Formats: sequence, structure tokens, C-alpha cells
Amino acid sequence: MEEKTAMPSLEKLVVASSPHIRAEETVDKLMWQVLVALLPAAVVSVYFFGFRSLVLMAVGVASAVLTEALVQKALGKEVTVADGSAAVTGLLLAFNVPADAPWWLVAIGAAFAIAVVKQTFGGLGANFVNPALAARAFMLAAWPQHMTGKFPVPLDSVTAATPLAILKGTAAGTLPSYLDLFIGNVGGVLGETSALALLVGGAYLIWQKVIDWRTPVSFIGTVALLTWVFGGKGGLLTGDPLYHVLAGGLILGAFFMATDYVTSPITPKGRLIFGIGCGFITVLIRLWGGYPEGVSYSILLMNLVVPFIDRWAVPRVYGVSRARA
Amino acid sequence: MELRTFLGGVHPAPSKDRTAASPIEAAPLPKRVVIPLVQGGAPCEPLVKQGDAVLAGQKIGESKAFVSAPVHASISGKVTAIETHLLPTGREAPAVVIEGDESDTWVETKGHALDGLTVEDLKALIREAGLVGMGGAMFPAHVKVSPPPGKTFDSVIINGAECEPYLTCDQRLMTEEPEKIILGLRAWLKVTGAERGYIGIENNKPEAISALKAAAAGEGNVEVVPLLTKYPQGSEKQLIKAILGREVPSGGLPVDAGALVQNVGTTYALATAIESGRPLVERVVTVTGTPLKAPRNLKVRLGTLFSDLLAYCGLEGEVGKVISGGPMMGIALPTTDVPVIKGTSGILLLTPAEAEIPPERACIRCGRCVDACPIGLIPTFLDQFCRKEMWDRAEEYHVQDCIECGSCAYVCPSKRHLVPALRLGKAEVLARRRRK
Repeated sequence: MEEKTAMPSLEKLVVASSPHIRAEETVDKLMWQVLVALLPAAVVSVYFFGFRSLVLMAVGVASAVLTEALVQKALGKEVTVADGSAAVTGLLLAFNVPADAPWWLVAIGAAFAIAVVKQTFGGLGANFVNPALAARAFMLAAWPQHMTGKFPVPLDSVTAATPLAILKGTAAGTLPSYLDLFIGNVGGVLGETSALALLVGGAYLIWQKVIDWRTPVSFIGTVALLTWVFGGKGGLLTGDPLYHVLAGGLILGAFFMATDYVTSPITPKGRLIFGIGCGFITVLIRLWGGYPEGVSYSILLMNLVVPFIDRWAVPRVYGVSRARA
Repeated sequence: MELRTFLGGVHPAPSKDRTAASPIEAAPLPKRVVIPLVQGGAPCEPLVKQGDAVLAGQKIGESKAFVSAPVHASISGKVTAIETHLLPTGREAPAVVIEGDESDTWVETKGHALDGLTVEDLKALIREAGLVGMGGAMFPAHVKVSPPPGKTFDSVIINGAECEPYLTCDQRLMTEEPEKIILGLRAWLKVTGAERGYIGIENNKPEAISALKAAAAGEGNVEVVPLLTKYPQGSEKQLIKAILGREVPSGGLPVDAGALVQNVGTTYALATAIESGRPLVERVVTVTGTPLKAPRNLKVRLGTLFSDLLAYCGLEGEVGKVISGGPMMGIALPTTDVPVIKGTSGILLLTPAEAEIPPERACIRCGRCVDACPIGLIPTFLDQFCRKEMWDRAEEYHVQDCIECGSCAYVCPSKRHLVPALRLGKAEVLARRRRK
């Protein structure tokens, strides 16, 4: 054959299974995208609640990352804090406390989330409940005085009850307007008050295909439907679904907690069922339960049935009839 | 018009620019060819021995088994050895080595008119020409066109999807030889008795679509079907679903959906065999990849060594991986001392950087593999079951239906090695079924 050229070395050929090309997506990239999506809510939080908000978020992230590194070091495992998943947990944990919460509460909560809820079960991918939410439940039980009751009101030095507590009648106060609810100018925990900022982040995640639209849409839709049907004082169909959607942690939970890959179903159909289940439990607690707010518990409880959902909501296999063998 | 397609799948970068516009060019006649006796179905017995003179097109291997296709000399010359050689499939097999005499003297053959051939003539011709599926699977074509009793074909689909990135050999064949593809399709229709013929082509190959549409203008029962560009559009099951809207039953064959699917290259080879009487001794191979100076589509005599073709195209820079086939389903080889066989659609070189294997991380259950699986499986569960040797669970979750397309591993952000685990699971489940 003509056109002979000197053959460069072929000696170190990689022999591996197909496929030989991979998409650019990595776990790290996905987690950092979630952090980016949480940024608007974080910024709004600092704007409304002040510097204290930034301190708590920093403490949450630092505690989570440090705890993960320490536990992994102690167990002789590879330290994987660079993947961003611990940072996400730490930030979400901070999002779940009021602005006047003590810093040590956030530090302990984040450490608990990582050390007990995540690493005890094997680390990323192996925990069966959402670490931030489990830690929130723990903090709520251990230090209720810091987690509920009076919340700092944005741009103000007073504290008040959350809109949902007022709505439920467990606390006195005047209900804020839809606009204040939407923007986030209401009492509440750090990350949940601004529906607008959360929706911007959530839309980004759906647009970037980081999360599936099914969970947030079915979750929020179920809450809206059920609170409209059952939430009114004037009988059926007199509820105020918009208020229930905008107030409390629903949007934060639906876009950022219920969509946690590790603790939610793996199939599209499963995610729909999961969202509907979360919405159902949320409304149950909000309307008839002892707490004004039910989002965290609804997600935690649904986390527990994910294995059953995954087993039931399998996709239809090509060439196999619908009736499952 | 809405483009037809299937559910699931992925969108890898096509990477076809290097060769998509390069016309098919004959590779220089090789001085030596290595022709494996195993190329589709049961192994062939050699019909020649060391020292024999052979002509191009002469049958040199044959088997009495039904599921087997004969092999032929691709150049004229002398048999210098019959020895074991590594194949691009990654397996070893006995092969006939021929030193060429550079005269390129062919056995005498005569062509036919398709209309003058009976169905039986055609079947015999398909077998004698050594036709096998040239998309890679190398299943003997005469077996494929003979349905089991009680089953019939109503449709023939020419697979012109060519969904593997980098590869352009089918695209070029369709663009340059549309009449022969149509002739081949008419022959498939005749031999199967099917009424309708389809040519499925991804819509990123507009010249191929228009060339074939023009060539098929006079054929009332032939339709050129543009398909959405999505991997694995060229998988038999996905193609049947996209074009006919039917599914091949789990564990079944395309004939169970009334369809015969044939590769473009095989169809072209059938037309050649009809028109000239010449058996399958050459094929188009896309030689491509970043480390190559001049990637191109070459018409190559079977048995030509990869190293000869790479030398012809010229290497620049280091090579990290040599792949027979495309990047999604191709086989990585430890050497370039392997011959082009009937199923070799491409030779793809990757640079060391491109060949780097990203570290495997824990599954985060993101579900991307579930969305990507064109079969509707849950690859990450199957991966766990197979790694833990939970074969019952693997079978319950249909591991045996996996087509090994690699879509799951392609999209996995944790870069998990899903394909080898599932491949193992498939083999184990099938072996257990056989034992029962």
C-alpha cells in the first residue's frame, strides 16, 4: 500500500467494554447545578433576613462537608466531598431553620444529616430517606423552641407566626398578601419563603433536565386540588389552593427535596405516584394534623415506600404484554 | 410530517463530519489477506490447503450446517497458511491466509436478471454468495429469509438508520448506489414474499434519503421512511417499532412481527451477487477517528488487515483505542493485526484522552438509564442484581431482553459499567434456562 507513514505506537491500547463514548454529565455537575438552582432562594434569604441568614447557610454547608470528609476519612473511604452532594444537604438543612436559629443548631443538624442519615447507610446513593429532612425532623423533636413558634419577619425586627400557622388557627396574626407570599416577604424558615426565587431555580433544573417535572407538578397539583376541595371553612370546594401552594415549604420541598434522586422513585411513573403521595400526606397534616406544615413529613414518609413504588411502577418492557408476569 | 421513532434512546454527538462527504474509494489491493472460516453461523471447513492457488471469488470454506454461510477468497494468489487468527469480534478462529499475486484474477461468474430467478434460485444464490448480516451480527442471510413453519413476512425493512456515531459507510452506499439498494430490496421482497418494502434512514442523511426516494420512484410498494436521528434507531427491534408500529415479542424474532430487516451493506451485496454473480468478498468500511490523517470510506477486500488500512489512511498522534465498529457497540481490540470481516462496518481510533475510562461512582438513582433504555428496562437495578449474582431477580426484571446498545451506560452520570454486567446477566440467565 502506498502513502505509508510511520506508525505511532499502538502498544498501550485500552481494551474495555462498549460504549466507548460517554455523555458529559457527571454526578458532580448535577449536584453543582442543584446548588446553582438554590442560589436565587439563598440570595433572597440574605436580602430579607440579613447577614445572619448567610452565616447559617455557611455553617450548614461547612458542617455537612466537614462531617462527610471526616466520616469518610475515619472509615478509610475515598473522600468525595467534591461531588457537591454534602454541600447540597448542608444548604437545604440551613434552608429549613428560622433566621434566628442558633448557629450550633444548624451545625449539629447538618452533621447529623451526613453522619447518621447518609453515611451510616453507605453514603451517596445508599441512604433511604432525605438527609436534610431527617435531620430537620430530629431538630424539631430535640429543639422545638428553636424550630417553630415565632419566626423573624423579613426587613423587620419583629417575629411572628408563619402564614400557615395563622391560616390553621394555631397562631394569631394577619395573613400576608399573595404578593408578599410570592416574593417571600413573610415569616418562615430561610429557604422557603420566596416562591418566586424557588420557582426560578426549579425551572432551571427542569430546563436543564436535572430533575423530572413529574414530581413537583404532581406534588403541587395534588396539594392545590385537595386544599381547594377540602381546605375551605365554607364546606367543599371553598378552599384557597393558591395560598396553600405559596405558603409554607411546599415549593421548596416539591422542587428540591422530593426530587432528591437517591430517595425518590427511579421510574417516570413512580415519580408521579410519589408526588401524588407527598401531596396527599401534606394536605392530611396541614388540614387535619397537629402541625400547620406537612411537607417535610410527607416526603420523609413517602421516602419509606419508594422501594414498593419502584417495584410496582416498572416501565413496560418492549415486546412484553402489559399484564405483568 | 412527524418523524417516526421509538421510545427511549440517547443523542450522542454524531461525529460523522470526517467522512460523511467522502465518496467510497477502493482501498489498494492487499498483498495478503486473512480470511476467517467463522463468519456467520457454524464454522466452515476449509476447501483449500496450504500451497493451493486460488482465484478471487473462489469458495474456500463451506459448512454442511444450515445456519452457516460459505467464505470466499477475496484476492487471487496462493494459500500460505491455515492458522488461528484474532478476529475483530475479539475471538480467535481458524483462517485461510492468502498471499496475493497482484493479478486480481477472478473466478468466472455470470449475472442474472432478478425476474429470471425463482425463489429457490434466489435462496441458493444468497447462500452461495456467503451473504450474512453486515451490520455486525453476521447472521446468515439465507436463514433469515427462511421463516419457521407457519410464519410469514409481510414487510421488508432496509436498515439505513446508521445510528452509530462516526460510521458513514451505509450513508455513502445509499447515496452513491441507490439503484442497487432498490434492486436488493426487490430481491428480498421476492424471496420472502413480503408485500411492502421500507427503507428507514435517519433524517440527518438527507442526500441518502433523496437519492433513494428518486430510485424508488417507480416502485409502488417501496417507501423511504425518514426517521428521527436518535440512537439506537438502527437496532432491529427499534426500527420495526418506528416503521411498522409493531413490537417483536420478548424472546421472539422479527418474523414474529412479520418483518425482515436487512442491512444496507447486505442489500448492496445481494444486488452485486445477482448482477455479477460475484460472492461477498468486499465491503465498505468507514476508517475514522481523531488520530487519523485521512479518514475515509473504503471499499475493502475481506481479510485485509486493519493495520494495512490504518497505514493507508495515515496516523498522526497517539492511539488510545482501536475499535471495530462504532463507539456505542463496537469492540475494542488489543491489536490492529485483525482482518476486516463481513461484519466490519468501521474501524474507529480514539486518542488516549478520548479512550480514558472515567472512574465508576456510586449509583445515585437519577433514573437517566431508565429514561434512555429503548427496551423499558431498569438498567441500574439489573446492574446490581447481576453484580450480586441475583439471577432470579435479573430474569424477573427482563435482563434477557437487553440489546446491549449501551444507551444506559452512555447517559450514566456515575459512569457505571452497566453493559458488561448486564451482558453477564444475559448469558447466565440464558444458560440457566437451557439447563432447566
